[in-house]
Amino acid sequence: MNAVTEAVRELSYAEALREAMDIALDRDPRVVLMGEDIGVYGGAFQVTGDLVHKYGTDRVMDTPISELGGAGVAVGAALTGLRPIFEFQFSDFATLAMEQIVNQAAKLRYMLGGAVSVPLVMRFPAGSGTGAAAQHSQSLEAWLAHVPGLKVVQPTTPEDAKGLLLAALDDPDPVMIFEHKILYKMKGPVPEGHYTTPIGTAAIRRTGRDLTIVASGIMVHKALEAAREMEADGIDAEVIDLRSVRPIDRDTILGSARKTGRLMIVHEAVKTLGIGAEISAMVAESDAFDYLDSPIIRLGGAECPIPYNPELEKAAVPQVPGILSAARDLAKGRV
Amino acid sequence: MPDGYRDGNLPYAIRAYDADTLRAALRKMYLIRKFEEGAENSYTRGLIHGTMHLSIGQEASAVASCMALSDDDKITSTHRGHGHCVAKGADLGRMFAEFFGKETGYCRGRGGSMHIADPTKGNLGANGIVGGGLPIAVGAALSAKRLGTGAVTVCFFGDGANNEGAFHEALNMAAVWKLPVVFVCENNKYGMSTSTERSTAVKNIAERAAAYAMPGVTVDGNDFSAVAEAVDAAVARARAGDGPSLVENVTYRWRGHSKSDRNRYRTKEEIADWMARDPIPAFARLLVDHGVLTDADVADIEAETEQVIADAIAFAADSADPDPADVARDVYNPAAA
Repeated sequence: MNAVTEAVRELSYAEALREAMDIALDRDPRVVLMGEDIGVYGGAFQVTGDLVHKYGTDRVMDTPISELGGAGVAVGAALTGLRPIFEFQFSDFATLAMEQIVNQAAKLRYMLGGAVSVPLVMRFPAGSGTGAAAQHSQSLEAWLAHVPGLKVVQPTTPEDAKGLLLAALDDPDPVMIFEHKILYKMKGPVPEGHYTTPIGTAAIRRTGRDLTIVASGIMVHKALEAAREMEADGIDAEVIDLRSVRPIDRDTILGSARKTGRLMIVHEAVKTLGIGAEISAMVAESDAFDYLDSPIIRLGGAECPIPYNPELEKAAVPQVPGILSAARDLAKGRV
Repeated sequence: MPDGYRDGNLPYAIRAYDADTLRAALRKMYLIRKFEEGAENSYTRGLIHGTMHLSIGQEASAVASCMALSDDDKITSTHRGHGHCVAKGADLGRMFAEFFGKETGYCRGRGGSMHIADPTKGNLGANGIVGGGLPIAVGAALSAKRLGTGAVTVCFFGDGANNEGAFHEALNMAAVWKLPVVFVCENNKYGMSTSTERSTAVKNIAERAAAYAMPGVTVDGNDFSAVAEAVDAAVARARAGDGPSLVENVTYRWRGHSKSDRNRYRTKEEIADWMARDPIPAFARLLVDHGVLTDADVADIEAETEQVIADAIAFAADSADPDPADVARDVYNPAAA
């Protein structure tokens, strides 16, 4: 250990997002924050916090409870010179705004033959684990990732939360950021100042040689925990943080699958027709398929809405023991 | 001077605009009419596929609503948006080329009739979604206010959109934030086949302005001067920083909703009655009566627009189709890192 290691500054995931927005508001007068109760309330999850006191209500704008209209205002503002960051209070409420996201933001550039861009950032607090039940706990990132014209990212660390938000602001196209609510309080090292995390790149969080786990959102942390427990069994797992759902980092995933020959995909969103299916198909359609020693395993949310009871809620999404068990089977070729 | 206009009690259009401006307005109305007829004819001849929504009969509403706008001011338009495009200064050749699906079209053949836009003229685009443009217009007005551009946005929408949630959310936010936007409802009496009487709880859509604490006025949408007077006042109010307004132009589409319309929901008598209230000859007569133009001038303008349309169609027909290899171009901006 180097004796002169610099003190690593740690921030929570929410603080990192707030710092990114603070930097953006400070360096670019076109940036405005919009959303429900993001002003003096500080946001339902305290992500915008006290930014309204620093930048005022003209730049940290509380919207009425009008998700469709608010999203559309953000689209129109992005189209005409502002750089809005629009917060959905819960990602579930984006269902009310699908018209503007899917028909307008995603398609305007294409429909207009490239004559315009929609540099819009939208933030979606997503996921289960808060006891908020079926209408406040969904993981809908695959819905939006299915739409050409949108970019969709899922940061899993405070460092990436900040870096991806700043990258999204630099991007000329609409970028949807899915933030897992359980991660908001997670702390981690966060570089000072302005930096970006490239959209479209996955991150190898743990290198290993026996099997590959591609995980997204909070499942990255569960997969890492499972990977640590697997060490006792002599299984060396590689864990890839998907990080960007669209565009997807094909090279990193295929490279790892070729290397380990065993692939598992874990996400919280419902398994059927989910991102895991896309990744499986991507591997199956590529030369990496020839390197596989075992069928691909997908773990995802159960075929039900997110329930209220805490034990049911846990049962509805993949947990560490399930990942561990599936990984052991995969490593032994017993799938 | 004709009866009824004594002592300077002139129609607004005559008081407000000089002869060149009025001539240009009449010319645009003819261009819209001939454009729509040319589009319909091209469709019938199999030169255009898909569908289209013609605005024949609504020309006064489109042109008169844009009189106070410069290229820096914005409009958002609707599926029945050809007239708005022309009113905001679009090139007819590029419009036809878009109909024909050509690479020279406004959208390089990717958008078609329902997505023509011309950002260089402040036209943010037609829209295939009823009510889709309403919040976008409010966003454009928000940009103007925050960036201090002084621009005003005119948001065109139809009677059908007034029952969409987007209408209510958009008007509310525009009023809460006091934004420079004018909501122009072109009430042509039917949302596809369903009449406003059967779909809308209020008699006049402008009454809904009261719910959002903004002025609301209903005018004869086929009367150029009446529309210009109402919308100009609303634009001036927006530009002065006094917030949004709602203007309802009551008008009528002579043609069906789209090419699939079999006209089962209205009578021939009703259509004939509205065709007798054609806004173009009415405006031409106003200009002749007030000595702005002669009958010969009007005939010249009409003939000249026919040639413009013929040239535009020829340009479109002669233009190249897009290359299928480029099908996925312009989904994303290549400037992305």
